[in-house]
Amino acid sequence: MSLAHRIIPCLDTDGERVVKGVNFVALRDAGDPVALARRYNAEGADELVVLDIAASRDRRPTFLETIRKVAAELAIPLTAGGGIRALDDARAVVRAGADKVTVNTAAVLRPGLISELSEEFGSQAVVLAIDAKQDGDCWRVMTTGGRVSTDLEAVSWATRGAELGAGEILLTSVDRDGTQSGFDVALTAAISKQVMVPVIASGGARWPQHFAEIFREGAADAALAASIFHDGIQSIRSLKEFLASQKIQVRLPC
Amino acid sequence: MKISLLDYGAGNLPSVERAFQRLGVESERISTSDGVAKASALVLPGVGHYGALIRALDRDGLRESLTGAIERGVPFLGICLGLQALFQKSDEATDLKGLEILPGSVRVMSGAVKLPHMGWDQVQSKVGSRLLEGIDTAAYFYFAHSFAVPYRGDDPPLETRATCSYGGEFVAVAEKENISAVQFHPEKSGDAGQRVLENFLRIAA
Repeated sequence: MSLAHRIIPCLDTDGERVVKGVNFVALRDAGDPVALARRYNAEGADELVVLDIAASRDRRPTFLETIRKVAAELAIPLTAGGGIRALDDARAVVRAGADKVTVNTAAVLRPGLISELSEEFGSQAVVLAIDAKQDGDCWRVMTTGGRVSTDLEAVSWATRGAELGAGEILLTSVDRDGTQSGFDVALTAAISKQVMVPVIASGGARWPQHFAEIFREGAADAALAASIFHDGIQSIRSLKEFLASQKIQVRLPC
Repeated sequence: MKISLLDYGAGNLPSVERAFQRLGVESERISTSDGVAKASALVLPGVGHYGALIRALDRDGLRESLTGAIERGVPFLGICLGLQALFQKSDEATDLKGLEILPGSVRVMSGAVKLPHMGWDQVQSKVGSRLLEGIDTAAYFYFAHSFAVPYRGDDPPLETRATCSYGGEFVAVAEKENISAVQFHPEKSGDAGQRVLENFLRIAA
């Protein structure tokens, strides 16, 4: 008996629609968030993430109404983020029904935000989202939807984030995102083995084998994907059945 | 029957409310000792910091009315921090007293494992549990916490109905007379969690 490896579908939203990009650009419409949330809840998703990916670009307010509608469909945890800059933004998202809040760019600009959120909601509700891009023999932290490079190195930023009170790291490989060429095992393993909070791997999923690999070799606690679930390329139920057959502990829906 | 949800600003209150809605049960939010005194079934939700919960109960003058209602036999369900609050004290806020209804203390979980204990885990049944009745023993429940009440074998003897093991064995389900409490989040635990809430409704009826 131990903790199950989690499978987490992610809804990147732009307004009221779910969108998906390749390497963070070339956005296209991928569906209605409420319908997708209902489907994933029924299929056995372990959690759902809803990100407002337009927020840091256009400074649009987070789409609370979408969160509210999605939360109403779920009997599983909901994480929301995108454009969370201050405690008040997080409060609004939590009030709308999110169990956890992700912070990314704003935390890089002002790391104290992580502590403020953790003190208010508890560290289990604070997810530090890190977009990392390979840079020589290390990984560079990117912000603003993966477009702006920073001085931060990903492993040390993740460590610092956990010290400041983040209860989880949502780690996206900017290089792999949208490519369907597999998760970045080296990046995920480097962070997961260093940081004493759970790590959600993201970016690059296509085949069930990619998930087996990121859990076994990447030491991920959870794996997140978007388009393969939205497009029906991979059902969550059959993915979990595959993982169970590989002796990887997952929660099989009844 | 109407379920009274204690509202002191807990993050998971709306989720708990929605979970009861899905079961077709009427619920109300209460935040005064008068509300607690009139309640016919009480739910104490909670997630986050133990100190925030205890301070809120004391600030709003709810401690006495809550312990009074529990002693009178009003059906009670504590969720996550709502379970922890029933015990004597917690490592998370050593200057505060718990509700002191159950023996034992809340301790920080072992540093040998990743914390928070976050995600879906299984529980091990100890003594027949009313809350877990009809639920597959292999079912998973959603946990999100870094503190827990360590399980100490037969002490306390009967309150612990199920445990979970994560860096050590801790109390996952406690029951005593009208008191029911779970360390996991039934409102976030899919079908299995829904069954737990249904079982509580049956107990409370």
